[in-house]
This record gives sequence, structure tokens and C-alpha cells, in this order.
Amino acid sequence: MSTVMEKDRQRNWNVEGGGTLAVDSHSLREPLVEGTPGMKDVTETVSRVIEAKPTRLWYITVTLTGALAAWGIFTILYTTFTGIGVWGNNQPVGWAWDITNFVFWIGIGHAGTLISAILFLFRQKWRTAINRSAEAMTIFAVICALIFPIIHTGRPWVAVYWLLPLPNQMDLWVNFRSPLLWDVFAVGTYFTVSALFWFVGLVPDFATLRNRAKNKIGKWAFSFFSMGWTGANRHWHRYEKAYLILAGISTPLVLSVHTIVSFDFAVSVIPGWHTTIFPPYFVAGAIFSGFGMVLTLMIIARKLLNLEQFITIKHIENMNKVLMATGLMVGYAYGIEFFIAWYSGNPYERFVFINRALGPYGWAYWTMVTCNVLIPQLFWFRKIRRHLLITWIISIFVNIGMWFERFVIIVTSLHRDFLPSSWGMFTPTWVDVSIFAGTVGLFLTLFLVFAKYIPVLAISEIKGILPGAQPKHGHH
Amino acid sequence: MNKTAGISGIFQDPDLVLKAAEGIRREGYRKYDFHTPYPLHGLDAAMGIKRTILPWIAFGAGLLGAAVALHLQWWTGAVDYPLVIGGKPFFAFEPSIPITFELTILATAIATVVGMFALNRLPQWFSKWQNDPQFQRATDDAFVVTVDAEDPLYHTDKTRALLESLGAEHVRVVEYHEE
Repeated sequence: MSTVMEKDRQRNWNVEGGGTLAVDSHSLREPLVEGTPGMKDVTETVSRVIEAKPTRLWYITVTLTGALAAWGIFTILYTTFTGIGVWGNNQPVGWAWDITNFVFWIGIGHAGTLISAILFLFRQKWRTAINRSAEAMTIFAVICALIFPIIHTGRPWVAVYWLLPLPNQMDLWVNFRSPLLWDVFAVGTYFTVSALFWFVGLVPDFATLRNRAKNKIGKWAFSFFSMGWTGANRHWHRYEKAYLILAGISTPLVLSVHTIVSFDFAVSVIPGWHTTIFPPYFVAGAIFSGFGMVLTLMIIARKLLNLEQFITIKHIENMNKVLMATGLMVGYAYGIEFFIAWYSGNPYERFVFINRALGPYGWAYWTMVTCNVLIPQLFWFRKIRRHLLITWIISIFVNIGMWFERFVIIVTSLHRDFLPSSWGMFTPTWVDVSIFAGTVGLFLTLFLVFAKYIPVLAISEIKGILPGAQPKHGHH
Repeated sequence: MNKTAGISGIFQDPDLVLKAAEGIRREGYRKYDFHTPYPLHGLDAAMGIKRTILPWIAFGAGLLGAAVALHLQWWTGAVDYPLVIGGKPFFAFEPSIPITFELTILATAIATVVGMFALNRLPQWFSKWQNDPQFQRATDDAFVVTVDAEDPLYHTDKTRALLESLGAEHVRVVEYHEE
């Protein structure tokens, strides 16, 4: 290990010309961009994806995912016109598949904001290659998430009066003392701020595409969305400030969103939900699941779009490290929940946790533990962190495991009510499964359309981290 | 009718850009700018750009968001239609924190983005420079300097000579068509 470092050091010193002390600290590290592309190459690589005709593979995939999404929409309409009774929800399991999916999708979004905001504040330059697509995933995941609580209201067309403080003929207001309403504001704000952040990042790249556009529709669309951006430094000055402010406020925002989602459970009095560890546990789990999804899609996208030069093995390895760190936090939370259940001396609490691991849904619990805690331990090995296929397979396990985590929390806490006479079981119906599959289809369709028509890499940000991009004689 | 937008030139080396910015500024020009594919560190200082007031706009909007949120929760719950729900108080600060926080963030974000575009006078459908192929490289692979013809110090030959002496390449007068 140390000899490798030493070799790197010597090599860099030789390049820098005989061991001057002015070695850039970054040059001791693995480069973020492979080869020595110039600004032109960055523009070309990213624009080529958009300017080329869609491939056959793209059409086929988008048709398949679109069909899945259409099936989801059909089953949503079926639910709406027939009633929530077509779902498997019952007494005592009043929240089940739908809220599991809601929490699952919201969680997916958190990786995008972590990459775009928190890593920006920590000056983690490796974020530049992956932030655009991760932010896109955030927005698409939140769209998928929002579907579930809205259709769960049963009559979505009047739901706006139950969700937002709008004046109505009954002079009633929404209940601001309920965590469910906090959630409306948290998720609504999260969606709006993520979309704004994403758009601001895209403006300079749309300008790049506008100046290259050949066909009329492209020219018009990119002119419209680039807002007349010219790259003027007086504009960049305010732009960078705005970006910093957005990153600064998105950081507490992303932590607050899953905190408030966890309040939906933690503020209630259900054993298994009523715990103070929920907010940090949910946030860690959200980032964990989000990175899982980012890896799943990114490993395929970098290959298909020829972005290996910019999304390097180093990026994959860094993401795997984040995955492992947050996975360990989640594992810790699983453990501490059991400890507190025992330590609290509360018989209901104890029962819930023993039932979680050994009861009728024990298989779901152990699936969750295997996928989220045991399998990611493989990432202790550098070889595995840098192995694309194994990383991809593990990321799929993480996606599955984190879906089961929410299922376990929601369904196992509810299916054994306080009185054994009200015990029950939950089994999803075909409608439940179809709607979830439909949101997967919708998510993938939106991502495919994004990957084809919107710059998948932040062109201007990557140019800013190319070797020699910034002035040497620092004026700041 | 064709009008003169000003003079433009391009740079390839970021270090030269900083030197040129200081040079143009020292001459006393006000209406000039550098158009770059990405923000260059140190260029703001070299051009002498004043700190933007954007953070104050964002801060003000944040305070406004917090005030609106608190007022909304207090007025609807404790004044307009007090309703006992689970024996909880009509209004208390503790359960009001989440929504107050979220609306603070929401207002700050919207004000930051709208404020940034407004201060930059964007969106703009037309720029005097836009049809100059050299200028379009500013979003691709070159740093483009522009000196506006409306600057009081603007002089076709002198400005051109200044830019050339500062290391700009392809210095030329740019015209645009006014409708």
C-alpha cells in the first residue's frame, strides 16, 4: 500500500519536473477523468449522445418500460374507479404495499441530493461525473413516490383539499398537528427544490447544446431552456453563489425529508414504530438505497453511452464505500432496535421484535438482513469494490433489501395488533404488484428519456475539473 | 441595419484570462465581460466584480417563509377554526417546526433561483453576440472576451490593440442585425 503511494508520488514528482514542492495534492490521487480529454472532447462526448439518432436498443427498451408504466397506469385507474378494496390492505394492516413503495421511492431519491449537495459542500470533486444523473433519479423517484399516497386517498381528485391548506366550503383546515401533513410539505418542498437545483445545473449545458443544435426543434428547445445563457463571468458569479446557497439549503433539507417520513411512524404509538432511532436510521437507509439504485443504473449507462472515461472505476469504488458506510449504519440500527426492545422492558415492544425475526414474516426480515447487512460486507475487499459485475449484482440486492426493510417495518408492526383477536396477515393482490411494477416502468422510462435528450454529465462542471482547467497562480 | 456589438477575442490559457481581465480593468473599461465554458477561479477578483446581493435576497425570503409558515399554522389552528384533536394544544411551537423548516427552505430556494436569473437579466431571447461563431465557442472550448461598443472608452483601433497586447487571439469587431 505505502509502496504504491510512494511510486505514485515519485511519478508525479518526475512529471512536475524534479521534485518541486508544488505538487498538487490531487495528483497523488487517481485521476477523476481518464486519458487527457480537452474541453472539446467533453462537449463532444456528451452532445453526441443527444445529437445521434436513438438506437434500436433504446427504442426497444423504452417500449418495454413504457408498456410496464402503461400497465401501472391502467391498474391505478382500475383502483380509482373500483376502490381501494382491490388492494390487499385490511384491518389490522391498513398501511401495506402502497406506503412501503412510497418510502422506498422517496429513499431512492436521497442519493441524488447527497451527491449534488452534501458532496458539493465537502468539495468532493468526484461528484461531478455522477451528479446530473443521480439528481435526475431523485426527481423521477419522487414522482413515483408521490403516486402512492395520492392514490391511497381513494379519491385523488379531492385529495388536494386534504393535503393542502385550501379554503373550502366547510371552512375546515388541514391538520397541522399531524405528521402526515408534515410529510406533504417535506416531500413537496423536496421535489420543488430538487427540480430547481437540477434545472440550474442544466442551464449552462443547455446553452452548449443550443450553440451546436442543427435542427429547428432542438435549437428552439435548447434556446428556451438555456434561458439565454452566454457563459458571461458576471453571470457565473451569481450562478455560483446561487448554486452554493442551493447546496447549503438542500443539505438540511435532504436530512429533514426522511426524518419527517420516519415521523409518520415514530410519532404514532404502534410498538415497532414508536422509536427515537427512526430519523437517523431512515436517513442512513435512504442514502444506502439511493446509492444502490444509482449504481444499478450508472453501471449500465456508462457502458451504453460510452462514458467510461468520465465515470471511472474510481467513481464506482467511491460509491461502494458510501454504500458500505451507510449499510453499516443501517445494520447498527437493526441491532440497536432489538437491544432497546429488550432493554425497555415493554412486553409489547419485545413481542413485536421477536415476532419480526421469528414470526410469520420472518422470511422477509432475514431477506432484509441478508441483502442490506451481510452481502455488502463483501465491499471490505478492494477487488470487489472495483469489480463492475459483482458491484452491479450487490446493488440489486441492496434495492431488494431496502424494499423489504420498509415492508418489514410497516407490515410486521401492524399485523399483530394489541389483541390477538384482531391479528391478521397481509397478502398483496395482483393490483398491488402491478402498480409497483408500473412505477418501476415509469422510473426507467423517465430515466431513458433523460439519458437520451438531456446531458447525462454536467458538461460545464467536468470542464472545470479537467487537468489545467483552473489558473495556476491562484488569485483567490 | 447592422450595428456594432463590440470587439471580441478568444483565449485558450486560463492564466492569460486573469491577466487580461486585470489589464482591461486597469484601462478603465466597464462594459466588458469574459464568457467561459465553466467558472474560472479568481476571475471575479481580477475583473473586480462586486459581491452579489443574492445571499441577502435568499436570507430575506427564508425569513419570510418561516413567518408565513408560523402564521399559517397558528391562525388556521388557533384562531380561524380551533378544533380539539387528540387533546393537543391548538398551537404550539414544537409540532410547528417541521412545516416552518420546510417552508423556509422552499422560499429560500425559489428566491435564490428567481433572484439569480433576475439579477443576471435572464431569460433573454437575444444577445448581440449570439450569431458570432467565435462567441459560440464560449460554451464549448474557449474563453471569449467581449468589450461592448457602448463602453465610453470603446475605440475600434485602441480597444483592438489593447486586447491583442493582452494576448487575445482572433480579435475582431462583431456586428449584429437589428430588427
